[in-house]
Amino acid sequence: MKYEKVIGLEVHAELSTETKIFCSCKNEFGSDQNTNVCPVCLSMPGMLPVLNRKVVEYGVRAGIALGCDIPNFSKMDRKNYTYPDLSKSYQISQFEFPLCKRGCVEIDVDGQTRKIGITRIHIEEDAGKLLHQSGYSRVDYNRGGVPLIEIVTEPDLRSAEEVKVFLESIKANLEFIGVSDCKMQEGSLRCDVNISVRPESQKEFGTRAELKNLNSFSAIFRAIDYESNRQIDVLESGEKVMQETRRWDDTQGKSYPMRDKEEAHDYRYFPDPDLVPIYLEDNEIQDIRDSMPELPAAKKQRYIGEFSLSDYDASILTNSKFTAEYFEQCVLQYPNPKAVCNYIMVDLLKMLNESGMEASQIPVPAGDLCGLLKLLEDGVVNSSVGKQVFEEMFKTGKPPEQIVEEKGLKQIDDTDAIHELVLRIIRDNPKPAADYRSGNAKAMTFFVGQVMKATNGKANPKTVNELVKKELDG
Amino acid sequence: MKLNELNLTQALTLLDKKEITSAELTEDCLKKIEMAEPKIHALVTIAGENAMEQAKAVDKKRAAGKKIGRLAGIPGIIKDGICTRDVRSTASSKMLYNYVPVYDAHVIEKLKAEDYVLVAKANMDEFAMGSSTENSHFGVTRNPWDMERVPGGSSGGSAAAVAADETIFALGSDTGGSVRQPAGFCGVVGVKPTYGTVSRYGLMAFASSLDQIGPLTKTVEDSAFLMNVISGRDERDSTSAIMRYPDYEKDMRKDIKGMKVGVPKEYMEQEMSNDVRRVFEDSVKLFKDMGATVETTSLPTFDYALSAYYIISSAEVSSNLARFDGIRYGYRTKEYADLKEMYKKTRSEGFGDEVKRRIMLGNYVLSSGYYDAYYLKALKVRTLIKNDFEEQFKKFDILLSPVTPTPAFKIGEKSTPMEMYVSDLFTVPVNIAGMSAISVPAGLSADGLPLGIQVITNAFWENTMFRAAYNFEQSAGFAAKPAL
Repeated sequence: MKYEKVIGLEVHAELSTETKIFCSCKNEFGSDQNTNVCPVCLSMPGMLPVLNRKVVEYGVRAGIALGCDIPNFSKMDRKNYTYPDLSKSYQISQFEFPLCKRGCVEIDVDGQTRKIGITRIHIEEDAGKLLHQSGYSRVDYNRGGVPLIEIVTEPDLRSAEEVKVFLESIKANLEFIGVSDCKMQEGSLRCDVNISVRPESQKEFGTRAELKNLNSFSAIFRAIDYESNRQIDVLESGEKVMQETRRWDDTQGKSYPMRDKEEAHDYRYFPDPDLVPIYLEDNEIQDIRDSMPELPAAKKQRYIGEFSLSDYDASILTNSKFTAEYFEQCVLQYPNPKAVCNYIMVDLLKMLNESGMEASQIPVPAGDLCGLLKLLEDGVVNSSVGKQVFEEMFKTGKPPEQIVEEKGLKQIDDTDAIHELVLRIIRDNPKPAADYRSGNAKAMTFFVGQVMKATNGKANPKTVNELVKKELDG
Repeated sequence: MKLNELNLTQALTLLDKKEITSAELTEDCLKKIEMAEPKIHALVTIAGENAMEQAKAVDKKRAAGKKIGRLAGIPGIIKDGICTRDVRSTASSKMLYNYVPVYDAHVIEKLKAEDYVLVAKANMDEFAMGSSTENSHFGVTRNPWDMERVPGGSSGGSAAAVAADETIFALGSDTGGSVRQPAGFCGVVGVKPTYGTVSRYGLMAFASSLDQIGPLTKTVEDSAFLMNVISGRDERDSTSAIMRYPDYEKDMRKDIKGMKVGVPKEYMEQEMSNDVRRVFEDSVKLFKDMGATVETTSLPTFDYALSAYYIISSAEVSSNLARFDGIRYGYRTKEYADLKEMYKKTRSEGFGDEVKRRIMLGNYVLSSGYYDAYYLKALKVRTLIKNDFEEQFKKFDILLSPVTPTPAFKIGEKSTPMEMYVSDLFTVPVNIAGMSAISVPAGLSADGLPLGIQVITNAFWENTMFRAAYNFEQSAGFAAKPAL
């Protein structure tokens, strides 16, 4: 029997506000342990939370970007559970009245556009971190009180590929509107996956499992594959899938049911009496709407229309705020979008990928890439030398002109010099020359190659071709 | 006359005239503490040396003609659930037996800015849960009027200390009557301001939506004076009212001719001692004599207030006290095998029975399947009670009631929690409705125990409340003192 996966996500993104959600401590990754803390976020007796209005604004921005309704009224609730990293033993979150509701994100997968429903987006606080030592544990509360949004989707996703495209879209949107860094390796973007399977003909959803501890994109996809296969096996063997929370073990590549005590929570949600409801006037919401930057989907359409880029190229460029910004900066200085796009798509992204860097870390200033494109256009370097130069720019941060100068990579345009070289190489290689003359046209490439080799690839390839042909044809 | 017997207004006048010094005043308070504490045990921590240093420093400032605050050199005692920087603050719980805050509560910052002198931290029912100050890790406080009896609670230490003249004034906190009820039992004045008037920043939370800090003093005037100091908007408390805060002494001394007074019949239908009824009826007569019109009225939702109160306050406390986990501060059990056992033992050993009872009750009413029937229902009832009160204040300026159904009861007398809870019957509705109220001494029982009346006003009508209370105090002329 063929089965279909039904997947819904709970995406947590840390917001990049200056300060925490309920106190004025710095919201900063990587500080010394327990340095970004105060009596409020350590939950000392008598301390009270005060809602950071920036968090509300950021949450609303995310909601608008993901096509949500923004209600005028929402409020904060307490989610009660005890764990050492949660200093109050309750998390201030939103339960009944979230900040944003009923959104939608369109994704393109295999040439098809699909609408993924967003159930809600709410704001809440992050917990600290446990550092396990042998025989004891320590707690670092720096992350306690860092603002989060939780984005909950409808069970609208049908494959790991859709999940990938959806998450990339979420990441791009949050980056573009400047509310989150979305760095999975720093934990600023996290995701729980609800997954069930059903026979393709069946309408009703199957019983779902919730997967936790998914710390990278690859973990998410592997976990989806593993878990859907596991559920199919269960069904095939005539048993029932249990509704449960399962922990993904990335090293084992398997999911395990969480122990009862980790799972069986009655969170006893109730309105936080220390905080007042959030009222957003229509004009406040409109102000935020008016201040929204161009979103990835709109940008992509613009690139296709304005710059005649392909759908694929436009998608990749707008997948990250940083590549899009980079592209636009380049086009301003070097108004040949196609050429810019090609260089980013092929050479820049390859180098980023190979060096394991993020788009936010592009080490080549836009002006330098434009400089290189100019050198190529003017024939100062040929395209293969250009790639060499770019690699060097990427590694050293030096401008292209300097690299060309230092390494003597200028194209040789001296026709006389090339002519002399061509004559010498034809003279030194009578056999391939004879081959050519007896009708093997391919033999010509041998001579071109030899000339290029002798000039370290710097000879103007056009000139070389012309001269070789001319001399061989005699 | 010993200086510690002065009220706040008197003491300030003498200090201003330089007839006395703060050092002399503070020393008399400390002497009284030394004498009375073995009998009444109103205090948890005595800041004797520090107090004398502060007093002398203020005296110096005053002598040098420097700018001094409105409470310059006045000794005060603070309930131990209010955080005082560098001075141990325990909420009378074993859980915080060693807790020294690194911050001052908002009210303490205000008092310090006015150069008050912190003399001691007052005993209380653990985390303010109780009506007798019997639920303290540091032992029972006794009523200065009768050592066999309780001072009331939870601010029993604060009330007893003021009654025993160990201090010029005290601060307490009132969640369901915890300032007014002990004030009534100890024959002093106690105020529960409108919710939102005094910042809760630094007050160890019992029930966040009900807690308010209020003064306990020897006169109504002193309470109004203190309200001028401790009230005000505080950005750190989101529930702090955004408004123009009044001068609480304004119009206080105007007469109350034509004031409309309501007496809810539901109060009078409750079981109460003959003494309470007699003193209350005498008080009503006094109001009439002063030119007020008194009418019987009705608060139909009165009967539901106590139930709603115990559901809402317990729900909140179950969450508020969850932070006491033995991880970051306070008590932690000695031996444990793992995290779960550490939690279990720490909380079992660190909390007293009443606190545990409320935590369990609160967890129960919030748990899935019971939330709608209890917590949600209680919130609805709360709204009805609030509406009920607001209706009254379309017709009346104030409502009058006794503070408690009986005078101070004997230590150990209340054998079940329900019996204890009923002693807050008259004070609880005010918190549930978010109104303001004051407890003023009105007379003595046949056994010579003080009894008070409660003046209730609408939210933010404290000026009317103080005016009625001041006029009553002046004509009632209650002057009895405990023979300690």
